[in-house]
Amino acid sequence: MMMHIDLSSMLRQTLSCELYSNLVTRPTGAAVRSQIEALLADARERSLTIIDFSHVGMIDFSCADEVVAKLLLRYVAAERADREAYFLFRGVTDDHWDAIETVLERHGLALVLETDDGARIVGMVNDGERAAWEKVYELGRTVPSDLASALGAEERDAEALLVGLHRRRLLMRTEDGYVAVGGDGVRHD
Amino acid sequence: MTSVITVPPSLDDHSFEQVVEQLASVPPDGKLVVDARHTRWASPYGLTALLTLGQSRVERATFTAPDNEETASYWARTGFFKHADDLFDLHGSVPKVRGGESSVLLEITAVTKSEDVHDVVGRIQQKAQQILSKELNIDAKATVGFAMTLSEVCQNIVEHAGRGGFVAVQTYTWRKRLGRRVVVIAVCDAGLGFRQSLESAPGRVRSDRWDDAEALEEAVVRGVSRFRDPGRGQGLAGVRRYVGRWDGKVSVRSGTARIAIVPSWDDDVPLQEKLAPFPGSQVQVTIPERVSGGPR
Repeated sequence: MMMHIDLSSMLRQTLSCELYSNLVTRPTGAAVRSQIEALLADARERSLTIIDFSHVGMIDFSCADEVVAKLLLRYVAAERADREAYFLFRGVTDDHWDAIETVLERHGLALVLETDDGARIVGMVNDGERAAWEKVYELGRTVPSDLASALGAEERDAEALLVGLHRRRLLMRTEDGYVAVGGDGVRHD
Repeated sequence: MTSVITVPPSLDDHSFEQVVEQLASVPPDGKLVVDARHTRWASPYGLTALLTLGQSRVERATFTAPDNEETASYWARTGFFKHADDLFDLHGSVPKVRGGESSVLLEITAVTKSEDVHDVVGRIQQKAQQILSKELNIDAKATVGFAMTLSEVCQNIVEHAGRGGFVAVQTYTWRKRLGRRVVVIAVCDAGLGFRQSLESAPGRVRSDRWDDAEALEEAVVRGVSRFRDPGRGQGLAGVRRYVGRWDGKVSVRSGTARIAIVPSWDDDVPLQEKLAPFPGSQVQVTIPERVSGGPR
């Protein structure tokens, strides 16, 4: 299941006000997150949601904690495979990044950003995780042996990386292997 | 008996302490006259703190406006009398407002709920970009951080004060200490204050030295919040980072203490204790004009 959430529209619905385009204050963030969670609750299967910041003026720390960090925390490592939720963040600019980076660091989280030339992983990831994610992004659908040979690593180490990145919902697990959130093989238009 | 408090000729975060000291001997329900007749200048902190003084009184106090026409006119343009009229019995000549004040980035605005913060941030953004880049020589990108800072300090009222407060943003040339232009955010409330807010945390164990000063250190320096949520406490930490990046200053007064993150250009005291008591929290953020270059 694919979803596109324009945060600016959701913000205006939340506040019932057309004038505001900034994601500020914790109550606003909590209300917006609740709306996202309500939409996700209807998903009966694996879902990929594009969280679109394109029309958001700015976001402050408190709101980023609610909209980004708490949203990710709820779904990262959630055990029910049939309800796995993945997120791709679109339209994030320098005006949003300071607050988002701060809350990712605070909670040890990472996410996938859509960029002009594809997607990249940001936040709290170590070098091994980053290299593995980038390789999967490049390869497309990947099984442990593919990653092991691409990285020149042991297969069990490659598998551990794939499992770890999937647990963090940065890779999507399919019947045929793993694909990077935001990468080829994951439809996200 | 009616007590009279004299507002100093120049009213800022330091000289406001003279007001608080005079207030200390007046019971909250005592009759009070706040005499600003001889005041010639007031910072945004001074004006918003005066309003919170009015808020804190059980019995409505009397406020005597500045005699100096220019001063009174300026205070009117900052929106001071509009709010003071709700809190005090106004005496003296209170001018009508004619046009806005160019140095006032945000006229004194009441903050009580989350929507007020949206309104404040929305109003400040465009003007802040112009002032920061053209007058203070600060990268236009800093505007977002400035709005975030404003948002977080205003949220302090909404989240912790338990009652409304006031915010004002203004630019002026700070000749006395700096000789440069500055932009100043002042956010004052007469609510719970930091110590009482932190004490309301469930299961909180107080140290032997628990007082307003330690509460300020915990909240401002260590990012402690009354909420157990690990995501809390990032707002003031973010404010400190922004202020540090632009060589600015932040000071927070609450109860009987005042803490300041002091830049090299200032000689303020980092922590003052055993001040005369004043309810709530009073925050001031000062960002100076850049002489050259970007962030440190």
